[in-house]
Amino acid sequence: MNSFLSTNAELVITLVKIALLLFIVLTVNAYLTWFERKVVAHMQSRWGPHRTGPHGLLQPLADGVKFLFKEDPTPAGVDKLVYYLAPLLALALALTGIALIPFGPDPIRLFNHDIYLGIAPPDVNMGILALFAITAMGVYGVALAGWSSNSKYPLLGGLRSSAQMISYELALTMSVVGVLLMAGSFNLKKIIEAQAHHPEWGFLGWNIWPQIVGFFCFFVAAVAETNRVPFDLPEAESELVAGFHTEYASFKFAMFFIAEYTSMITVSCLCSIMFFGGWLSPFPASWTFTHYLPSAILIPFGLWVIWDGIRYETVFGRIILPGVGTAIAGLGALFVLLPIVNEFIQGPFWLLSKILGFLFVYVWMRGTLPRFRYDQLMAFGWKLLLPLSIVNVIATSFVILARMTWGGK
Amino acid sequence: MTAPLVVFFVLAALAVIGAISLILQKHPIHSALSLIVVMVALAGLYLLLGAEFVAAVQIIVYGGAIMVLFVFVIMLLNAGVEEHTSISKMAGAPGLLLVVALAGVVAATIAKSAAGVQAVPQTGEISSTLGISNMIFKDFVYPFELTSFLILVAVLGATVLAQREKT
Repeated sequence: MNSFLSTNAELVITLVKIALLLFIVLTVNAYLTWFERKVVAHMQSRWGPHRTGPHGLLQPLADGVKFLFKEDPTPAGVDKLVYYLAPLLALALALTGIALIPFGPDPIRLFNHDIYLGIAPPDVNMGILALFAITAMGVYGVALAGWSSNSKYPLLGGLRSSAQMISYELALTMSVVGVLLMAGSFNLKKIIEAQAHHPEWGFLGWNIWPQIVGFFCFFVAAVAETNRVPFDLPEAESELVAGFHTEYASFKFAMFFIAEYTSMITVSCLCSIMFFGGWLSPFPASWTFTHYLPSAILIPFGLWVIWDGIRYETVFGRIILPGVGTAIAGLGALFVLLPIVNEFIQGPFWLLSKILGFLFVYVWMRGTLPRFRYDQLMAFGWKLLLPLSIVNVIATSFVILARMTWGGK
Repeated sequence: MTAPLVVFFVLAALAVIGAISLILQKHPIHSALSLIVVMVALAGLYLLLGAEFVAAVQIIVYGGAIMVLFVFVIMLLNAGVEEHTSISKMAGAPGLLLVVALAGVVAATIAKSAAGVQAVPQTGEISSTLGISNMIFKDFVYPFELTSFLILVAVLGATVLAQREKT
């Protein structure tokens, strides 16, 4: 057993990492639904889920159990193979995308092996291209689901989705070319490192400033690729019942749901990495006191949860919430007490905060914007985003060329 | 057998099975799906050769963009199961002849190259992407520009054909 472990250490580590990341991503997905419902509810002056568990925190669990135990009928006349393949394809491709994201700069040293955060080793040369390859295949899940259901509304949803993907794929890929030119690499780690040329500039050194046009195009196209509001025409419930997944029930529907939320996370990761400095701190490198920021956020938040929990109406809440609060505050205290751990979590902390920020923007847009009309969607993609991203590429190339010629760089 | 060889045979088998199923499937969508399998298997083979860039582009362009268009058109026209007619003898005889000729050419090429098989030089990220761009934009710049021009003409033609007649 020991010899097996030592000879196949890389394999074992990767398998453990896959299991761990899968667990984390699925849990985050579940609580993302809670987060979305809560935020949208508060935007509309409602409470959102608040009956199942304290603050509705057990709602995702209840939803999951419901998905598992619902009847799973297969409609008559469906194309069986494709009908079963579509949700699998959607979920598998969405989850594969996350595997390519590096979550932190430094490896953990365990059992004589450097263990990096994130499944793929950080030096995947084609990181960003591989991710685009995976998202490009992602459309099949939706399109095939719509076609195989043998029903009118899903077919319309599938058609809309493939047309939308074709239109926005181009703008999506063109908009990151500027970032790639500036980094000179397809490697996600090198893209982040290229934004740290001036450690004292802090957030002013990020790609968002020179590439603000590229970011606009990328984010809009990415939202369209994930079929989220205001680009959710493939599942527009007021027009198409539920669009491409009308005929899916139970866990097959849940698979589409998880796939959608996972691709939201992937897009948020990509936005943070390519335009917002990934795991870089927004503060100048010499401001070492900002390293206590994670604790400065976690400890008060934990204390607030304890305070809130003590006054909670239900007994269950009065037990659970203070416990959770103690854990959060304890984590913050741990970071203060152990400087090595504190240094290590700086990168992941900033990356995760940025990802959370983008997820909030996603929800915010859902709470704010109405859906596009179909012709508006097409005109927006082809007549605005694509030309804008091409202009961005040309302008970036010229600036880089001018710097190489006259800047002496 | 070494691991790369196993992977090669798996991918090669996938590509061949996909190609055969592409012809045999009755429904256009199933044929299109088989073609996607072929494209992805080919991308895997490129990856095995160390051509990461070509592999990624293969999936993005062929697996993603072009095949999505195929599927889109099939779905839009709602093409049903294909009708089979009895194969005409006129088409059968030259077809058989062509198959034999093609098999002969392939066999001859394999026999000729088997003697002097050379390992493909492994290239890193920059060298491969840089190498490809150097080849396209320096060594073969005229054929490349000519191809772009051809595509531009095709695009213009499609636009003209698709335009609504002004009445």
